[in-house]
Amino acid sequence: MGEDIKVIVFKLGDEEYGIEVDKVQTIERMVPITRVPKTFTFVKGVINLRGVVIPIIDLRGRFSLPLVDYTESTRIIIVAVNEMEVGFIVDSANDVIDLNTDKIENPPEVVGGIKAKYLQGVAKIDEERLLIMLNLSEVLNKNEIIQLESIEE
Amino acid sequence: MDMNQYLSMFIDESNDHLQSLNEKMLELESNPDDLSIVQVIFRSAHTLKGMAATMGYEDLASLTHQMENVLDLVRNEKLTMQDFIFDTLFKSLDALESMVEDIINGGTGKADVSSIVTSLQAIVLGEIPSPQGVTTSTKVDQVNDEMNHSIQLDEFQFSILDQSIVEGHRALYLEVFIREDCHLKAVRAYMVFDLLERSGEVIKTHPSVEDIEQEKFDRSFSLYYITQKSVDEMKRMILNLSEIDKVSIVELDHESLKLMGELSSSVKEVAATAELEKTTESKVVVPQAPTQPTSQTSKDVVKTTGGTPTRTIRVDIERLDVLMNLFSEFLIDRVRLEQLASEARNHELTETVEHMSRVSSDLQNIVLKLRMVPVDTVFNRFPRMIRDLAKSLDKKIDLVITGSETELDRTVIDEIGDPLVHLIRNAVDHGIESVTDRLAAGKPETGTVNLRAFHSGNHVFIEIEEDGRGIYRQNVLKSAIKKGIVTEAQGAAMTDEEVYQLLFAAGFSTAEVISDVSGRGVGLDVVRAKITALGGHVTIISTPGKGTNFSVQLPLTLSIISAMLVQLGSEKYAIPLTSIVETGIIKQNQIRTVHGYKMVEFRGVQIPLISLSRIFSVPDFDESQEEESEIIVIRKGDKMAALAIEDFIGQSEIVLKSLGKYLPQIKGVSGATILGDGQVALILDPNEFIK
Repeated sequence: MGEDIKVIVFKLGDEEYGIEVDKVQTIERMVPITRVPKTFTFVKGVINLRGVVIPIIDLRGRFSLPLVDYTESTRIIIVAVNEMEVGFIVDSANDVIDLNTDKIENPPEVVGGIKAKYLQGVAKIDEERLLIMLNLSEVLNKNEIIQLESIEE
Repeated sequence: MDMNQYLSMFIDESNDHLQSLNEKMLELESNPDDLSIVQVIFRSAHTLKGMAATMGYEDLASLTHQMENVLDLVRNEKLTMQDFIFDTLFKSLDALESMVEDIINGGTGKADVSSIVTSLQAIVLGEIPSPQGVTTSTKVDQVNDEMNHSIQLDEFQFSILDQSIVEGHRALYLEVFIREDCHLKAVRAYMVFDLLERSGEVIKTHPSVEDIEQEKFDRSFSLYYITQKSVDEMKRMILNLSEIDKVSIVELDHESLKLMGELSSSVKEVAATAELEKTTESKVVVPQAPTQPTSQTSKDVVKTTGGTPTRTIRVDIERLDVLMNLFSEFLIDRVRLEQLASEARNHELTETVEHMSRVSSDLQNIVLKLRMVPVDTVFNRFPRMIRDLAKSLDKKIDLVITGSETELDRTVIDEIGDPLVHLIRNAVDHGIESVTDRLAAGKPETGTVNLRAFHSGNHVFIEIEEDGRGIYRQNVLKSAIKKGIVTEAQGAAMTDEEVYQLLFAAGFSTAEVISDVSGRGVGLDVVRAKITALGGHVTIISTPGKGTNFSVQLPLTLSIISAMLVQLGSEKYAIPLTSIVETGIIKQNQIRTVHGYKMVEFRGVQIPLISLSRIFSVPDFDESQEEESEIIVIRKGDKMAALAIEDFIGQSEIVLKSLGKYLPQIKGVSGATILGDGQVALILDPNEFIK
C-alpha cells in the first residue's frame, strides 16, 4: 500500500511533470537572471531570491529539449535537494495534485525525449493524463554533467 | 535537572573568570604586596569553584578549591607570594583552562591534576620546595605520603561527618593496604567498597573512586566512612577479605574533625563575606559605566576593577547572520520604494520614504557594528604569554598594549589569533636581546614590546614593535642565499623591504640556535599565508640595533567589502577595491602586441591588458570595437595587469554572498552580491587574472 503524496505539476512542451511538494520551496515568476560565465550551458545564471543567490537551470536545456522563448506563464521552481538550492525554469506550473505512490510505474526507456535515469516513474492520472515524476538527485548530479559537457566540447 | 541549557553559560562565564584570573595574577606578580588584588583573585576562583561544582565538574572544582586555600593564606597575610607560588598558581590556571577547553569540546572536563594539587597543598602546609627540580620531586613525594593521612574535605562533606557524629553514628577514617603481590587491586578495592556500602556510607575517598576503579593508586587508599559498627568489627570484616594486607582505622570525634576541617570552614566564612562584597561592588560599578565614556578613563576603570563594566548580552552568531540577510533584503526594497516614490511625485510619500532611508542607513551601521568585536578578545591572552616566554628565555620584557578597544569583524578576530601569537613569539625570541646583550648595547635591561591596534580608512592595523636587535639586511640575505631562496645577484638588487619579506619565505630561519619558542622556520610563512587569506598583508620596518616593527594590515570585515562596480554591456561586475591600483582610460593606439599578448604602458611599465569581455564571453560588449577604453589596473603582490571594461558605475559597499553549492568553482569569480536594484552582480577575483 503506497502513501499519498502531494505533487507539483509543471509543463515542458506538452508533457506534464511532477516534483514532490516537500522538495519544492517556492514557485516564482520569471525575474532578471544574472549570467554566470564559464559554466554549464543549461545554467542560465543566478537570481536573488530574498537575499539568497540561487543558480537557475533551464530544464529544457538540461534535458536537451528544444529551447523556447520565455512567456508570461514561464515559471521558476525553486527546489532544495541534497542541501543544494536550485531553480528550474519550466514552461508553466499551475497545479498541485494528490498522488498515491502505488500509481507510479517504472518509466519506459525514453519519455518525451528524457532518459529514464532522470525519472522516478510515470503515473497515470485521470482520463489519459500522464504525469512524469522526476528523479531530482539524478537531475542535479554534477558528475554526470561534467562528463556530458566534456563530450560536447 | 537538565544541565545542558546552563552549559554554554557556564563555559562563557568560566572563560571570563579564567581570563580575569590570568590578568589579575599578572598584576599581582608585578605588585605582590597588593592584597586587594588577591581579594579579587580569590573571589573569581571562588565563583568558578561554585559554578564547576554545580555543573558537576569535580576535578575543576577541587583544583580551584586548592587554589583558594593558597590564596586564602595569602589574603590573611599568613603566606607571602613568591615565585614558586606564582608558577604553581599559573600552572593551575593552565590546567583549569585545558579542562574548560575539554568541556567546550564536549568532554567531561576531567584531567589528572594531582601533581598541581600536591604542589598547592604543599604550599598550604608551608612546605615550599626549593627551585631545584630534584629536591622538588622528593619533597612532593613526601608531601604526597602525608596527604594520604589527611584527605581534604570540603564544607559539605565536613558538615555531613559532623552531623552524623552529633546523631550518634561513628565517623571513621580508614586506610586500607592491599598486599603487594595482589594482581587485581581494583577488584580488591571494589570488594572493600562493596562491604563498606552494606553497613554504612562512604563520604570521601582518596584517591577518587574513579581512580581507584581504574587502579590509579599505589597500594593503599583512604576514606571517610560513617557507620553504626564499631572499629574492631569493621577491622575484622575488612581483613576477612583476601589479599588485604592491613587496615588502620581511626574513629573521629567532634574535636579531631574540627581540626581537620579547620581550613575548609575558614574558607567558607570568607566566601560568604566575599559574596556579600561582590554584590555591593556590582551595584556601584554598573551606574559608573555610562558616566565614563572616554576610552582613557574606561581603561583606568578596567585596571582598578577588572573586567569591563559594560553591560552585554550574548547572542548566537547565526542570529546575527539572519539579521544581516533580512537587512540586505530590506535595503533592496528601500531602493525600489525610492524609485516608485520619485515616479509617483507624491510629496508626502517622498518625505516618508526619505525619512525611512535615513533610519535605514543608521540601522545599517548598527547591524554592521553588531558583528564587530574589540581586538581585546585576542590581545588579552598576550600578557600571560609574554610573561611565560620571558621567563623561559630568561629575558626581561614589558608588553605595552594600546588600542585594544579597536573593533574588527568577528570572522577576522577568530582567524587572527594564531598569526599574532607567532609574530609575538618571534618578537620576543628573535627581537629582544638577552639582558647581558642589552646592557652591552647600552639599552635598558627590560625590553619593550608594543602591541598596537588602530583604524585607518577601511582597514585595521595591528603592529608589533620591539626595541630589540633589529634585522640585519646582510644576515637575512646570507641565510636566504644559503638556503637557495634567492641568488646573490637577485639579493643585491632587492630593497630593504623586499629583503625583510624574505623572512616570510617558506623554510627560512635566521636564528642560529633553534629554540623551543621559535626558530623552526615554519611559523612566519604560515603567518603570511593566513593574513593574506584574510585579505590583509604584513610589512616590516626595521632599524638594525634599534628594533623591528611588524605591521599587519587587515580589512575591517570579511562579509562586507568595498568594491568598484563596473559595466560590460548589460552586465555588472564588482571588483574589490583592495586589489585595484588605479583606473584610467587608454586609446586603441596605445595597445601593443608583444608575443601575441596585448600590453599597455602603465607608469613606465608594460603590463598585460586583459579582455574581461573575452574571458567571460560577454555577449554585448567588446572593447576592441571602441576608440577609447576604460581600464582598471589591478595588483597581485608586485605584479599588475589592466582589465578592460566598458564603464565605471561607482564605488559601493557590497555584501558577499556565495554562489551556492550547485555551481562549480568558477575561475575569476569569488562570489556574488546583490545590488541596490535587487540584481545579482558577480564579484571578480582579480588574483585569478594575474599569473
